[in-house]
Amino acid sequence: MNLIDAAIILPELALSVFAMTALVWCAYSRKPGTVQATFWATSIVLFALAGWICFSPDLNRTAFGGMFADDAFSRFAKTVILVSSGIVLLLGQDFLKREQLHSFEFPLLVAFAVLGMMLMVSARDLIVMYMGIELQSLSLYVLAAYNRSNVRSTEAGLKYFVLGALSSGLLLYGASLTYGFAGTTRFDGIADAVSGGISHGLLYGLVFMVAGLAFKVSAAPFHMWVPDVYEGSPTPVTALFATAPKVAAVLLLTRLLTEAFGHVHSDWGPIIAVLSIASMFLGAVAAIGQTDFKRLMAYSSIAHMGYALIGVASGTEIGVRATLIYLAIYVAMNIGTFAFILSMRREGSHVSDIKSLGMYSRQAPAKALALLVLLFSLAGIVPMIGFLAKLYVFLAAIETGYVWLAVSGGLASVIGAYYYLRIVYFMYFGEEGPRLDVAVPGFCAGALMVSAAVTIVGVINLFGITGFAEAAAAALAN
Amino acid sequence: MNVLSIMMFTPLVAAVVMVLFLRGEDAAAKRNVRTLALVASSATFLISLFVYAGFDPSSSEFQFVEERSWLLGLNYKLGVDGISVLFVMLTTVLMPITVLACWNVEHRVKEFMAAFLVLETFMIGVFCSLDLVLFYLFFESGLIPMFLIIGVWGGKERIYATFKFFLYTLLGSILMLMAMIGLWIDSGTTDIVALLGHSVSIGPIEIFGYSVPGGLQTIMWLAFFASFAVKLPMWPVHTWLPDAHVQAPTGGSVILAAILLKMGGYGFLRFSLPMFPVASDILAPFVMTLSVVGIIYTSLVAMMQEDMKKLIAYSSVAHMGFVTLGIFAANRQGIDGAIFQMLSHGFISGALFLCVGVIYDRMHTREIDSYGGLVVRMPVYALVFMLFTLANVGLPGTSGFVGEFLTLVGVFQYSSWVAFFAATGMILSAGYALWLFRRVVFGDLVKAALSSISDMDRREKLVFVPLVAMTLLLGVYPSVVTDITGPSVQQLVDHVGEALQESQRSVQ
Repeated sequence: MNLIDAAIILPELALSVFAMTALVWCAYSRKPGTVQATFWATSIVLFALAGWICFSPDLNRTAFGGMFADDAFSRFAKTVILVSSGIVLLLGQDFLKREQLHSFEFPLLVAFAVLGMMLMVSARDLIVMYMGIELQSLSLYVLAAYNRSNVRSTEAGLKYFVLGALSSGLLLYGASLTYGFAGTTRFDGIADAVSGGISHGLLYGLVFMVAGLAFKVSAAPFHMWVPDVYEGSPTPVTALFATAPKVAAVLLLTRLLTEAFGHVHSDWGPIIAVLSIASMFLGAVAAIGQTDFKRLMAYSSIAHMGYALIGVASGTEIGVRATLIYLAIYVAMNIGTFAFILSMRREGSHVSDIKSLGMYSRQAPAKALALLVLLFSLAGIVPMIGFLAKLYVFLAAIETGYVWLAVSGGLASVIGAYYYLRIVYFMYFGEEGPRLDVAVPGFCAGALMVSAAVTIVGVINLFGITGFAEAAAAALAN
Repeated sequence: MNVLSIMMFTPLVAAVVMVLFLRGEDAAAKRNVRTLALVASSATFLISLFVYAGFDPSSSEFQFVEERSWLLGLNYKLGVDGISVLFVMLTTVLMPITVLACWNVEHRVKEFMAAFLVLETFMIGVFCSLDLVLFYLFFESGLIPMFLIIGVWGGKERIYATFKFFLYTLLGSILMLMAMIGLWIDSGTTDIVALLGHSVSIGPIEIFGYSVPGGLQTIMWLAFFASFAVKLPMWPVHTWLPDAHVQAPTGGSVILAAILLKMGGYGFLRFSLPMFPVASDILAPFVMTLSVVGIIYTSLVAMMQEDMKKLIAYSSVAHMGFVTLGIFAANRQGIDGAIFQMLSHGFISGALFLCVGVIYDRMHTREIDSYGGLVVRMPVYALVFMLFTLANVGLPGTSGFVGEFLTLVGVFQYSSWVAFFAATGMILSAGYALWLFRRVVFGDLVKAALSSISDMDRREKLVFVPLVAMTLLLGVYPSVVTDITGPSVQQLVDHVGEALQESQRSVQ
């Protein structure tokens, strides 16, 4: 490692040094304010890194002989990941305090998971990719089982771990096949190996890696862990699952497919298209019967990943841009929705049943309206930005000739609209049941309102993220 | 900001102010809300008068054009021509009337008025948009306030009705969105003015071994048709309408019948006919058949209804059948007639729903059998109701006659058989409308519950004044409409004719 390499991975180095120092310091400190301080410090570090990465000069660099990329694509991804994890961390504090889960390991595990995600989106080598995934996954397994006295939570952690290990196995098997047939683990080396057509061995490698990553993306038919893990994990952890790791996994898949296997788009395009259609329809249909808000959001995220994969399947620069914009918008909407779910309490204890929202619009009109906006946006109804997200991916699909993919996406979004409307139904037309607590932690209320406002106002110009997304997509295409 | 933007956003701004700053549940707060809604919608009407006054009826070009760049190379582009300007006027005229008619809504009045004002912005937006995606944005956004209006303030079966309304219309719109993206990629632009001059390929396309005549044009036409036919609505995709109408509160029914349905007809005129002329020509017999079947079938269904609102809802479907007939006859009289019919139906059906609302407010039932002999206690009401019943039938001297007559003249040139069957629908309409009137208004006042029913009060009379005036004015002096629509319609007809000749030449 020389100094230039170190300069390129400085944000990652900073985060890992922070996390390890904080871990040691917290382990020995006996002061009462330590936990609170760790939460704040971690959030601040995440935001600071986001600012640093977002405003760092627009360079296209690689470190360690091309294994690690620092380009517009990774910067876009890292900014979204860091900002969303930072916000989710702050949102979850109040919940964790009430549930007596407020300990210093939580923010530090999040920090390690984020570090893993940052490696994932920068990886240009199968080994770096695997390292990133494992660092992320191991931290998330622990987080899923964070409420260790609760059976649901430990079950979620165990399920996630077993299926995660299976998917890592698939991924590793695919990676070793690829290495065997391409003779290198570097993405550019693999690209050279497949430039004249793909061999059978490499094709198997590709398929296994896609399957392994589809687990992480939670695309159907590799989605079965999602609903249970979402429901069982403590809600702040669910909020995290639904945002940053999804971004990291989809973008890792995007980079792997376009950089390493870009020449053989016709081989993997249909695979991703099928995953995408399966996810969209499964997410739309299976969510109809759900009564638990967290479980419903699990299916909703499966469906959303299906839409994001439409952009990947089209395999063009416009497709990548669409995926990036889709993910950024998806994260913005999900933060608001989970801010609301985190604040759902009745007589002090957490509830996540959607029936408990009966006539919520009478009890808290402003919050009900904000949630209404977010739900319509998640359903992709105009004039919210959720619609623009879908417009971008449909445009990419139709432009590359995947008309059937876009049309199925459209039909799935009509089916999916039903379950979002059902929540609106409980809030606005339902019957009044036992009321939810009116007092809501300030952060959650604020995040809900800001997210709803962003969802509406964003329709004017998407706050200029299109320019960044375009640059990011262009960086990947080269 | 030009006058169209100002007009469009006035109600939205008022709605935001209402939601953010007007608080409280007492009588004074409710009065403030109603006053603000009335002031905002009246102000919008006044601004629209400037548009009307400044509109040059001799030109077929788009006027008051405003253009700004938006995302993805899309534009925020507004403008009106002879076809759209009158729909904008229809919206702005009816809105204050509706607000006034809903004066005694007590339940969550702030949200109610805010939803209507937001809806007005979206409706004006639909008629002013000159960009495909912007049009779609406004076209579909209207679903959200209407979903809430039916769902929160509707009748007993409101949940079923509102979900059906929402999902049905959304499904149609999604297919249209796909075709819009296709059109966008095909032409490289989303500017409606530019697209009017763009011709989509008509080379045959093979799907599952079957060659589609008209090719890409036909496929896109069908996708647009899915949306507009549901919205208008055409038989057999009209089934959401009776449910939605019956369950919606009076104001919701008025807006739904008078304006939201017209978006479908407007869509046919703005997109289907000029952008896909060859496909429109190929599929005209299909549309004609659906329309004629729809007219006769829904008229017969209307005759057997027990519920007043349902009867009027079915009669709306029948009248909209004339609109599609006129549009796809694709000649000057037909299209002029279709536009005229839509405007006149806007006033008449709106007024009929208000008439039902008047007695519903008093008796809380829409059952035809619970009324009878109202003329004894409510002479003014009987007079107003009679006028609109006759206008609905199409009596000469009312606007209903002009619309149907012009349409039939247009259709007769296309096919005399179609005109013949459509004319049967007019006879049936006399049947159900007069029978309804006879059962509700005439006869002896024998029902005990009705013995103390009071005639319309001053507010209710005031609501009907503009509607009566417009119905009679359009009936005796139809040039008010046809002078404005004329040049744009003529240009549309010429454009379609040229495109058809062009395609025939290319075939030979």
